[in-house]
Amino acid sequence: MAKINPKRTPMAEQPADKRRHNFDEVPYGYTPEQAMAEAQRCLQCKKPSCVGGCPVQVDIPGFIREVAQGNFLEAVKVMKRTNVLPAICGRVCPQEVQCEGACILGKKMEPVAIGNLERFVADWEATQPECVMCEIQPATGKKVAVVGAGPAGLTLAGDMRKLGHSVTIFEALHKPGGVLMYGIPEFRLPKAVVEREVNFLLAMGVELKLDYVIGKIKTIDELLNEYDAVFVGTGAGLPLFMGIPGENSLGIYSANEYLTRSNLMKAYLFPKYDTPIVRGKQVAVIGGGNVAMDAARTALRLGAERVVLIYRRSRDEMPARVAEIHHAEEEGVEFQLLTNPVRYIADESGWVKEVECLRMELGEPDASGRRRPVPVPNSEFRIPVDTVVVAIGNSPNPLIPQTTPGLATTKRGTLVVDPNTGKTTKRGVFAGGDIVTGAATVILAMGAGRVAAKAMDEFLRTGVW
Amino acid sequence: MVKILKKRQLAPQIKMLELDAPEIARKAQPGQFVVVRVNEEGERIPLTVADALPEQGVLVIVFQEVGKSTMLLGTLEEGEAILDLIGPLGKPSEIERFGTVVCVAGGVGTPEIFPVARALKQAGNRVISIIGFRSRELVLMEEKMRAVSDELIVATDDGSYGVKGFVTDVLREVLSRGEKVDRCFAVGPVIMMKMVSLLTKEYGVPTVVSLNPIMLDATGMCGVCRVEVGGETKFACVDGPEFDGHKVNFDQLMARLRTYVNEEKQAVELFLKSRNCGCEKGTVRG
Repeated sequence: MAKINPKRTPMAEQPADKRRHNFDEVPYGYTPEQAMAEAQRCLQCKKPSCVGGCPVQVDIPGFIREVAQGNFLEAVKVMKRTNVLPAICGRVCPQEVQCEGACILGKKMEPVAIGNLERFVADWEATQPECVMCEIQPATGKKVAVVGAGPAGLTLAGDMRKLGHSVTIFEALHKPGGVLMYGIPEFRLPKAVVEREVNFLLAMGVELKLDYVIGKIKTIDELLNEYDAVFVGTGAGLPLFMGIPGENSLGIYSANEYLTRSNLMKAYLFPKYDTPIVRGKQVAVIGGGNVAMDAARTALRLGAERVVLIYRRSRDEMPARVAEIHHAEEEGVEFQLLTNPVRYIADESGWVKEVECLRMELGEPDASGRRRPVPVPNSEFRIPVDTVVVAIGNSPNPLIPQTTPGLATTKRGTLVVDPNTGKTTKRGVFAGGDIVTGAATVILAMGAGRVAAKAMDEFLRTGVW
Repeated sequence: MVKILKKRQLAPQIKMLELDAPEIARKAQPGQFVVVRVNEEGERIPLTVADALPEQGVLVIVFQEVGKSTMLLGTLEEGEAILDLIGPLGKPSEIERFGTVVCVAGGVGTPEIFPVARALKQAGNRVISIIGFRSRELVLMEEKMRAVSDELIVATDDGSYGVKGFVTDVLREVLSRGEKVDRCFAVGPVIMMKMVSLLTKEYGVPTVVSLNPIMLDATGMCGVCRVEVGGETKFACVDGPEFDGHKVNFDQLMARLRTYVNEEKQAVELFLKSRNCGCEKGTVRG
């Protein structure tokens, strides 16, 4: 066996000075040769720790083995046994703390680029005339309703359909995908990729009803009259604001609004598309997570001259993925760390013109284990802005809990579920994703969908709650 | 796709559509709204439900052609379809037997207040309705409103029909004639709702206004519709659209409604240019 290359095969990407002006995807993907070379670095461990690091337990060595030999079709088949959304996972999972973080090569050298390979396999399939169909079990006659076509709901829908159940997804928006569609920008996850993976579920026989706001047009109880089980995957869709003076000034967006306008409504193509978005020149983004990075990078692409990311802790505490922080900096986003906005100052028309901030320093660790930011007295300063995006998180969407008797919630408004089964406190109703955990990641939501699917299948077969 | 069953022009630039929407028609209650998206490039437009006919599966919307999106909606004909219809959204009006209620509407607010007035009447209230328009040719739904009101007063700004003056002038007269008024409902332009609320506050009449801020998803997800009510920030799409008129920061609402004024102007110009193709359907009147 040839000596293993200690370095992973790099994936070519658009140069930063070019990509900050367009919405095209940043990395280009592997060529077949690059994919095979990278796959050949895999040690094919007998007890693969990478699989244990994956929330949906993809057979990682299995599909990589096929890629290494150039059997891409076989690789697709292996992949689809455990993951029906590989093109999405390959792009947005935090592999560095999951599969790649557990890769044994990583102890001495760079771990296998599992995410890149996953993406390659999915994208390769998309270039083929026909897609590989999953094996679908004989019809069970059981009907499942899924509320929300985001990562959790889509995963559960795929799993339940494979098991032979009839599945209907109800989505409130006019497009499926949830955060994959409205939240994550085109340059990180092309919407055509999301559509492709959703279309695969539809080809498997999953039914999708768009424009259905469950809790309004139908309650969960009404769904339970028609369906044998219901899965709630409605996400964490309620944006948080800081509640500081001037926050309702013109030009101040929640990240949800800013990203929804740009991604779902394609406002970056205004006036070809009808939904407008403010193309700010001086943009401040408040927050340090992946959503803040997405908003900052979107602002650059919309033509901002200066984008300042304001975060109250230091770089080490930033919840965003390292790769996203790196991409944002490369593209020219300025970081104002240890800084917290205290109020906004508007001009006479009500439009925001300055954000007043306080310097912070790190004190003792707080409940999250991170050092608590403490304001430095008399450190006020102002940053000129014409657009602000508040990306400090979301709380769960209250619509379903409010309209469903018997569904217990926590103090934070999340649904109470058994983490091993996704069972809520109401018989026949399962839940998973951000509505249970609060705002988290795509793959954790998918993992929750998978866990709930297993328990739901058992419930449908046995009738035991 | 949602089919347009019937289309009527109610007044210049004001159109009514009856939509084939049985599920929404079954659930919609007075005070709620729907979101319409005409086509793939379209905006999500929030529109108050003007009526719901559950037995016929029909949902009625009335809109004024004020921007590109409503102009585009206005070009659709019977038998054609809109791409998306979402609803019912927002909280329904609080309908009780209050006693005597005054329903005040301005312009296109009239079809919006109609289901509320009807429900109030059915709940056993004495309903006094005041509907106001700029001039005679803009008067809408007079007979329908008369049918659900114990007393109907029509006002026009220029005096070309009914009483001359603003609805607030008429309202002041009604409030000062000695009859106890237990509640006021107001739907219309923001400035009208503000003036109505200031007036009813003087008379101590609890007042409900139906707000129309900019919306996007209209399900609580984006926060663009935030309004200040009693010093607190509320989302009109899920906490409203109806609020206590005495607590609403109308000035902030009016400012926020101007966020995209330049983009709206640009979109209308482009639209009119594109429709001005000489064919009859492409002509936008009014």
